[in-house]
Amino acid sequence: MARTRIVALLLLAVFAGGCGVGDAAAASGARLVLTGSSTVAPLAAEIGKRFEELNPPARVDVQTGGSSRGIADAKSGAADIGMASRALKDGEEGLTVFPLARDGVALIVHADNPVRELSRDEVTGVFTGRIQRWSELGGPDSEITVVNKAEGRATLEVFLAHFGLDNREVQADVVIGDNEQGVKTVAGNRSAIGYVSVGTAELDIALGVPIRLLPAGGVEASTENVANGTFPIARQLSLLTPGEPSGLAREFLTFAQSEEVHDLIAQQGFAPIAR
Amino acid sequence: MRELRLPAGERVATTLMWAAAAFVAGSLLWILGDMIVRGLGGLSPAFLTSAPADAGRAGGIGPILVSTLAILAVCIGVAAPLGLATAVFLSELAVGRRGFGDLVRRSLDALAAVPSIVFGLFGNALFCHVLGLGFSILSGGLTLACMALPLLIRTTEEALRAVPQEQRLGAAALGLSRLTTLRRLLLPAAAPGIGAGLVLGVGRAIAETAALLFTSGYVTRMPGSLLDSGRSLSVHVFDLAMNVPGGNENAYASACVLVLALLAINALAVEGTRWWARRAAR
Amino acid sequence: MTSSPSRALRRSRADGALVAALAAGAATAGSIVVLIFAFVAREAWPALRERGPLRFVTDEAWHPSDGELLLLPMVAGTLLTTLGALLLAGPLGIASGIFARFYAPARAARLYRRLVALLAGIPSVLFGLWGLVVLVPLVARLGGSGQGLLSATLVLALMILPTVAITADAALGAVPQPVLQGAAALGLGRWTIARRVAVPAARSGIATGLLLAAGRGLGETMAVLMVAGNVVQVPDGPLAPLRTVTANIALEMGYATEGHRSALFASGLALMVTVGALVVLVEWQRRRTVRA
Repeated sequence: MARTRIVALLLLAVFAGGCGVGDAAAASGARLVLTGSSTVAPLAAEIGKRFEELNPPARVDVQTGGSSRGIADAKSGAADIGMASRALKDGEEGLTVFPLARDGVALIVHADNPVRELSRDEVTGVFTGRIQRWSELGGPDSEITVVNKAEGRATLEVFLAHFGLDNREVQADVVIGDNEQGVKTVAGNRSAIGYVSVGTAELDIALGVPIRLLPAGGVEASTENVANGTFPIARQLSLLTPGEPSGLAREFLTFAQSEEVHDLIAQQGFAPIAR
Repeated sequence: MRELRLPAGERVATTLMWAAAAFVAGSLLWILGDMIVRGLGGLSPAFLTSAPADAGRAGGIGPILVSTLAILAVCIGVAAPLGLATAVFLSELAVGRRGFGDLVRRSLDALAAVPSIVFGLFGNALFCHVLGLGFSILSGGLTLACMALPLLIRTTEEALRAVPQEQRLGAAALGLSRLTTLRRLLLPAAAPGIGAGLVLGVGRAIAETAALLFTSGYVTRMPGSLLDSGRSLSVHVFDLAMNVPGGNENAYASACVLVLALLAINALAVEGTRWWARRAAR
Repeated sequence: MTSSPSRALRRSRADGALVAALAAGAATAGSIVVLIFAFVAREAWPALRERGPLRFVTDEAWHPSDGELLLLPMVAGTLLTTLGALLLAGPLGIASGIFARFYAPARAARLYRRLVALLAGIPSVLFGLWGLVVLVPLVARLGGSGQGLLSATLVLALMILPTVAITADAALGAVPQPVLQGAAALGLGRWTIARRVAVPAARSGIATGLLLAAGRGLGETMAVLMVAGNVVQVPDGPLAPLRTVTANIALEMGYATEGHRSALFASGLALMVTVGALVVLVEWQRRRTVRA
């Protein structure tokens, strides 16, 4: 009998939970839900924390799950604000885009790799498998390990577009998901080459992770150069709302685009957008 | 001839068994040691109680610890009674109902093999949206309960089956009701097996990342109720290790805490089932 | 007093309620997978309807953004890693169970069981992290990037080892003591008792453990994603990278839109069907051996 009592209690708890949702929804004027890009999520969470401090009792709940999720949730209304690290595609119109920050994409190699710069042609050669060994590029006689990003990732699309590559031409040895996986892969393999967010790589290098950023088009890969627009490979991180935002969402978006959060943007390794 | 050969084979087997055990223990200690060497330096009372700062690179894991325990409590609270009921049904009652029992068993086998990410997407659709629980500790705990069930039920069922049939017949001959037989005879006898199942099931559940990312969420604030979103330790470790540059140190420290917590849960389950077996046998 | 009719009546009503509660519990637990299947099938439907399920084996390659959906290499990756992991973890796990039951002194056995249970609790993300930071550089010394079939199989084997070990241990423990004592009385050695008496008697439990381990192997996502290299291809050697069905879902789901998302769900469905077939196969095999 104790068991049935427990089951009854649980059912009651779930039921009470259901009622609680109604209450939470009624008070949802003070709660913002953000979902989307895992790249933007840590930054948005920090901005949300500061916003909460300045605007009690507002609450900002940041969820992650990928850009496509953010775009879909913003459209369906499952989230108040979506987060995206890629441009909108066909069929995704109807959302208002609020640029948040810029993020550069640069090539990285192991810190012990003597190669200092690669030309555009050399990069396409390496990624299409035309160039197989580092010795062809003035490096040691070892086979190049090409680290590529998984399909659909904004970093991949920006990289391919810049070098005029088609993903089916790329001869990858390793395919990775998030930036840090790329950094760990290259740091653990002396003959690897990959590309990641400039901010991610800079923060890791500062902590002594053995990787090095390669310049692009003669411009050094740094958040500074991403911010001033001279670094050629970059993408935009943005927040999205269905139509024009109002109320708390609008306050939050204004705050997120203001100079008050520039230190947070820099802290997370991204470049604020000059206004 | 045979007597002469036996000891040699026995000796080889003994060596092999000890070697296998040493390998298992060794690989475990390697992984744990690696984690502890990298993570122990970051551990401190302040780390356990303070809130994360700077996307988790700085600060501690206080609210995350609370969320994790809450998710775990929901998971055990739902999975343990449901799993026990199902296991008892399958081992004690389903014999006469071959069709239905087989169906349940088969569907549990299939459930055991659902990829965790599918659990996450399913939990997100059912608990967060259809049932309206949103990103919450409750959604996460319920999703984990679904995940933990097959392992829990299988081990519990095996344990119940191991109780000799004579004892059941004896109980029936004494005119004991099924409920009494269950409480006084079957459950105490099967308690160690049930405990092992609980540890396995919960261990698998709490280690889960993909399923929780989509259900209990990413929020690092101290949860106020079961309906708040709360980040679990495993999600925190994954985010710090794979998504936050410079998050390594805190990732390993959090991983350390996770392992120590698992050790504690494990000990608790072992002691708990032993206590229960003693009490119920009285 | 105890034989009064009212007492007997109450007792039987309690039994009726108990049976009903247990059956309801079993029905609930059993229906979860049906719910999941329905949900996944609904999400996968657009991709299946468009050109039929055959496209997953006849398309040229996996380029979901261009509508090319060849799933075969990922299925091969999943099967290869799981099979490899089972070949390693199976014997080792059963040996571990025999060790704990027949060889280890009582105290050592207790300690050892704790260790194995702890291994079962290590989160997959930690296996992945350890694999990526410690194991992959070691494997890379053999050549290649280190991320590939060998690393993925090793990590997966370690992950499913506790499942095999714990269930084998429990199944061996369930062999009735009189049987073992009888064997010992015949003067048989430990190994002979374990191999000729205990293991055959515990066969069903051990097989269940292997099946559970296979299920976990097929479904494992994060750890494999972190060490397999994730290139979509059928690996041509132990060092070649590969991608599993689950890693594919985890890598692309968050970034997939409409058709691509639906195709990922279809791959999840394919996985569930594969495992379902495996379950039926094992069941059929067992019945056949029982009959024979």
